[in-house]
Amino acid sequence: MSETMLSGLLLSAVLIPAAAGIIILAVGNHVHRNVREAVTLLAAFAMATCVFSLVPAVLVGREASLTVMEIADGLTLSFKADSAGMIFACIASSLWVITSFYSIGYMRGHGEKNQTGYFAAFAGCLCGAMGVCFAADLLTFFIFYEILTVSTYPLVVHYRDSKGKYSGRKYLIYTLVSGQLFFAGMVYVYATCGTLAFTPGGFVDFAGSDKMLTLGIFLLMVSAGAVKAGVMPLHSWLPAAMVAPTPVSALLHAVAVVKAGAFCVIRLVCYTFGPEVLRECMGAEVLLWLAGVTVILSSLIAIQKTNLKARLAFSTVGQLSYIVMGVCLLTPAGMTGAMYHMVAHAFLKITLFMCAGAIFVTAHKADITEMRGIGRRMPVTMAAFTAASLGIAGLPFLPGFLSKMTIMEGARQAGQPVFVLILVASALLSLAYLIPVSYIAFAGTKVREEYLAYGPGNRGEASKLMLIPLLAALALAFVMGFFPDFGAHFYTFAKAAASSVYGGGI
Amino acid sequence: MSNMIISNLPVLVVLLPLAGALFCPVISYFSRRAGRLTVIAFAGTSFVLSVVQLLRITDVGKISYHFGGWEPPFGIEFSLDSLSAVLLVLISGTGFVSTIYSLPFFRGKSRFRSFGYYSVLSLLICGLLGMTSTGDVFNLYVFLEITSLSGYALIAMGGDKGVLSSFRYLMIGTIGASFYLLGIAFIYGETGTLNMYDMSGLVGPVLSSGTTMVAMAFFVVGFGIKMALFPLHGWQPAAYTNAHPGAAPLIAGVMGKVPAYAMLRFFFYVFNANTQYVERFLVVVGIMSALGMIYGSLKAIRQTDFRSMLAYSSIAQIGYVGLGIAITGYYGLMGAVIHIIGHSMMKSCLFFCSGAIRYRYGETAMERFGQIYRKMPVTCAAIVIAALSMVGVPPLAGFFSKWYLALGAANMGEYIFIFVLVISSLLNAVYFFRLFENMFMNKNVADGSKGIGAYLAVKAEKKAERDSVPFKEMAATKEGYKGRLEIPPAMLFAVIVSALGIILAGLFNAQLVEILGPAIREVV
Repeated sequence: MSETMLSGLLLSAVLIPAAAGIIILAVGNHVHRNVREAVTLLAAFAMATCVFSLVPAVLVGREASLTVMEIADGLTLSFKADSAGMIFACIASSLWVITSFYSIGYMRGHGEKNQTGYFAAFAGCLCGAMGVCFAADLLTFFIFYEILTVSTYPLVVHYRDSKGKYSGRKYLIYTLVSGQLFFAGMVYVYATCGTLAFTPGGFVDFAGSDKMLTLGIFLLMVSAGAVKAGVMPLHSWLPAAMVAPTPVSALLHAVAVVKAGAFCVIRLVCYTFGPEVLRECMGAEVLLWLAGVTVILSSLIAIQKTNLKARLAFSTVGQLSYIVMGVCLLTPAGMTGAMYHMVAHAFLKITLFMCAGAIFVTAHKADITEMRGIGRRMPVTMAAFTAASLGIAGLPFLPGFLSKMTIMEGARQAGQPVFVLILVASALLSLAYLIPVSYIAFAGTKVREEYLAYGPGNRGEASKLMLIPLLAALALAFVMGFFPDFGAHFYTFAKAAASSVYGGGI
Repeated sequence: MSNMIISNLPVLVVLLPLAGALFCPVISYFSRRAGRLTVIAFAGTSFVLSVVQLLRITDVGKISYHFGGWEPPFGIEFSLDSLSAVLLVLISGTGFVSTIYSLPFFRGKSRFRSFGYYSVLSLLICGLLGMTSTGDVFNLYVFLEITSLSGYALIAMGGDKGVLSSFRYLMIGTIGASFYLLGIAFIYGETGTLNMYDMSGLVGPVLSSGTTMVAMAFFVVGFGIKMALFPLHGWQPAAYTNAHPGAAPLIAGVMGKVPAYAMLRFFFYVFNANTQYVERFLVVVGIMSALGMIYGSLKAIRQTDFRSMLAYSSIAQIGYVGLGIAITGYYGLMGAVIHIIGHSMMKSCLFFCSGAIRYRYGETAMERFGQIYRKMPVTCAAIVIAALSMVGVPPLAGFFSKWYLALGAANMGEYIFIFVLVISSLLNAVYFFRLFENMFMNKNVADGSKGIGAYLAVKAEKKAERDSVPFKEMAATKEGYKGRLEIPPAMLFAVIVSALGIILAGLFNAQLVEILGPAIREVV
């Protein structure tokens, strides 16, 4: 493929969702809702095609890049597809396709209002996420990061009631404040270093300035990533945002938004400040321990939640901290594991959320205590839930296993055995909060009366528009468990990203 | 012919609106509509010529125009560089759009009202353009007075409350203008010249004298009052809130910015900002601006009326410009100028929208904007764009002025200003996202609903009726607007153009910087 074609693909990956959002808003309900949904699906497929067409080129080491325009004095709006960005882009684009189908099923099944705004904002989010993936410098990154922040807001407040308003405010306070801190840090970096372009291994060099200053600037900037990735104590917007419709929680709070936060941490640690600087100023150490504490605490909180979505939310908080932890170990294996955990967690958690949404729409149940025996009614959904739960816990032959093993290897390389323990403990804890759900669902005794009527040959499964996407996500996860390089060569990309940062192999 | 136009461009740009103001009453005698259209035509021509002038200046550099062939420093000079040329385009553009926007307010109004408003609006444009063009400090005073007087009249046209606010502004504004006049008298005494360029050469040796110091203090106070810089802003909220809705965009968007521009001219082009004497005043301006940014935003949060929220937000936003002046340096000044441009567009856009909502529903209380987006989608989209730009969401205009200001502050080591910028934009987010909540989530529908909402609506309606007389005068509001579009096309045009302006000014700010660069690099 020629260079121009590559950069064309890059640009269209970012522009397609933006255009789709505008078209959806314009079309609205004026023609027919099927037309509006067709725009979403078309855009999702087109974007996935663009992103996946970039895979072979990036795989052989060609970095597709594109400078769109001069966006500020001396700075450009430029995109680049490197291995790290490709991983995130492939996850987000492929899962957008799956979620689009699921969304249509969910929103119609649930008779939701304001669907036009919903699908438009969804597309806006994806535009932000794509920009975040492919941004070649901090300013471009920040522009799309803020677009992502703002276009997620309408999704969080989708129900437009007092609860939604409250969550929306909470979300805005966390994300906007941290975004502004990032902005302040970025200004300082530009004023001192004169460049903002991401470089594997970092470009920041505050020559002569003391460690505390470097640490301060790093913490300012990384707060933006830590908030979106839900690192404690900055996590509390995430469970609150679960009031949004389930597909939103599924794609945005398990994939696009929170992963953008994790990706922000990766870009800052590995491509802006660099492992050397961070090891020296202890910046990574601070974040590492925060992430470690988050992993354990969030699991403990998750056990106490009886609302299924809330339980999954806290599980998300914990799982994302794996990624942050892996990156902050500052070892090649740690980074590889972190990158691959982005993939593993994305596919597994989206399955879990889709199951929760399917239960909610079909059986109108959100609380685990009301689900005793629901397996009689929705066996396929609950089976998928069980399988994904095991994957999250890190069962072999599911992608979660490989990523966690790699992060553990990273902890060993870093000489931090305590994090191996944390990982093991957390895996057990995640079993403790996810398996009871399956147990209750398939319980043979004390089944709630409403489920007794169901049995073999008489099921009340979720609609196919929801069931097929969630099974597809699970199937992809399974295939990746056996072949880590299936499809988008995620594992190879993860390794390539790590070796570009740390030099040499793992 | 075209040669003559080119050589007289600087003066044509300023005088065309003046001519419009003079012709309008005469033509209105025959046809009110034709009278209004005359003003629009003259303002439009002025806008086109200002664009031509800007293109020419980017080609050939500075232009100096001598009135009546008198050489400066004896005669009056219009001195234009890329900085003033860009602002001229901005002013004449906003003025032109405002004249179109005002049309629906005067459909079926008496002849006197119609030409009275249009003549004065045209005069305001002329005054603002003159202040920007002139290279003579006394001439600047003349145009400042033209601006002020027409401003007083336009604010007074906003009804009973407008008259009161206008009177208050008249009292304070006159004091401000007097300070400026005294200031130039002092400087004239020290240097013996009124020409800016000449003065900048002569002021050096007397910069440390007490008289010059007093003059500079007077300039800070005079311009500070005119631009409503905290704590000299007392007149501003009521004036912006109660101004005639057709003129409010121009008044709020541009009228406060031109004195800020004049202040920048004085400090950097007449005096040398790099000397310790001027720096002291810049520190004062910086403190005033920083406090104003916080104060204005906090007050804006407390407002329930859309217009007064915007007015208080303007106090905060003019602080950004002052901050840029205080930061000095290339990026500080660039940030100030880019913010003048960006904020003019944002504030005009928001006032265009507020006027449009008021035109259609007679409504300015934000808690009654519930679900308004269903009825006025385009207007609401424009509000969202302008508000996000005010918060500083990239890639809109507001983000980049903040970027340059912060960069300037970082380059100068004034980190406290970055902190103030961050706090202020977060406070902006508070009141603008609350506006979004009202617009998109409030179930309290603007045109009547059930339950407690209806009760509150009736109560608020009675209060609004008591409070604001001008509503009753507005035929369109009383009848309820019945057009095919959400608002009359003239208004829709203004709303869309200003919203597009915000996006374009954001995306193409690098080009703006390139155009402005030579003029600013001259003084840093």
